Amino acid sequence: MISRRPSIPTRRVVVTGLGAVSPLGTDVPTLWQALVEGRTGVRAWPALAEVRGLHCRVAALVPDVDARGIDRKKRRYMSQMSIFATLAAREALANAGLTDAQVRHERTGVCVGSTVGSTIETEEFFRGMSPGRSIEQLKSTHFFKVMNSSCAANLAQALGISGRAVAPSAACATGTIAVGLGAECIAAGKQDVMICGGADELHPLGIGVFDALEAASRSYNDRPEETPRPFDKDRDGIICGEGAGMVVLESLEHAQLRGARVLGEILGFALTSAPDAIASPSAHAIVQCLTTALAESGLSSDRVDHVNAHATGTIQGDEAECLAIEQVLGRDVPVSSLKGHMGHTMAASGALALIATLLMMRNGLLVPTRNLREPDEVCGRLRLLREVEPLPVTVAMVNSFALGGMNSAVVVSGRLLDE
Amino acid sequence: MNDAQVIEIINRSLVDEFELDPDRLKPDARLIEDLGFDSLDYVDLVVVLQKAFGVNLREEPRIREVRTLGDVHRLVITLKRELETQPGR
Repeated sequence: MISRRPSIPTRRVVVTGLGAVSPLGTDVPTLWQALVEGRTGVRAWPALAEVRGLHCRVAALVPDVDARGIDRKKRRYMSQMSIFATLAAREALANAGLTDAQVRHERTGVCVGSTVGSTIETEEFFRGMSPGRSIEQLKSTHFFKVMNSSCAANLAQALGISGRAVAPSAACATGTIAVGLGAECIAAGKQDVMICGGADELHPLGIGVFDALEAASRSYNDRPEETPRPFDKDRDGIICGEGAGMVVLESLEHAQLRGARVLGEILGFALTSAPDAIASPSAHAIVQCLTTALAESGLSSDRVDHVNAHATGTIQGDEAECLAIEQVLGRDVPVSSLKGHMGHTMAASGALALIATLLMMRNGLLVPTRNLREPDEVCGRLRLLREVEPLPVTVAMVNSFALGGMNSAVVVSGRLLDE
Repeated sequence: MNDAQVIEIINRSLVDEFELDPDRLKPDARLIEDLGFDSLDYVDLVVVLQKAFGVNLREEPRIREVRTLGDVHRLVITLKRELETQPGR
């Protein structure tokens, strides 16, 4: 039996549904197939050449999605990120087998965020306004696409949610933090079911932010499939992506009462702030985050069988994370990052990583880091996965760290540990 | 631009903006009852038509009397004529 610290609420929280819209495809089976086959969703994005001063010409965009299945009167408030979120959430709910009445019940909520509201729509607004400071082109639905809570609000409307609608925002850590906060909401008894995750749509501004910080990849524009390169000695930065990852969380009692299939249990969650590291990673702060998540799970470090690392392929970030993993979990735990397959999908990345981790557990296969050819010295001290390995994984840690100094980690099991 | 061209542009704009089936765009089709418009669609209709024809509909009191697609056609044609015959043009 897991021993838990007395401060942790007693309700256990399980995962019962997964949904994914990613650069690798528009559903979970496609995502998994691509990960196992080592395919990439990273491509040249020729439109980036039109942005003066931008060095990176590569991105991980979601393939065309068919949004017509979302009623126009709901969809008219949605930018791409809310469409991604809605499609992923529908997949997750179908996967969980929840009925429409259960979804609409006041004990069901959403906790979904994005890095910002729609940048594409914001640009559109200012393009219409700028020439003569006019709002004559402002549509009635515009605000609902640019507000910070756009994803959560639109998802709640599309699904008929009458419980909590929470819209956390923590840049690149948003998806993981949304899952953690949703889990805490259930653990505290506030809701029985929460649809949690993150979503983002890519605009050149997102890439430009990293480019300006010299953290975006720029040396592989002519061979985009070779970047990003987490942990590799020749890594040169992030490739930005888009998508949505959604999970259905439930209290264990709720899941068992309705006979739901349990895909995993959220054992621990940490959200910590690094006060001296708003724009640069801090190994010390990451150690604090990982230690806190592990302590909350009540498990010892040797119980962690895999780390799904944040590692985006930046020089500093990968090194800081590896130093922290080494300190908290040791050198023997298998580690991989999925950024080489699908870039950094921003607010979606943590939730997509969690989904991939649960799929790895379910299938007994660990997915390696794509584009990792020769690890650098510090990262190479860890057991970095280089090929798909058939290893049983019971407990894993999923990390997400953000510009702004918000760090997060989730400890998850692929089954109930007391069974 | 003759009246038929104006009507064609209006209808095409409605198909694009509101995803309407072109076969439903009969002049006697009522915007709310037949085409499913609501108050927000009315606001966006104004934006779309202003952009397409350069007419000022937002401050136009006659927009409140529009009930059918034919009313929309007639109002835009009228406003365009008024715009074109304004002194000083």
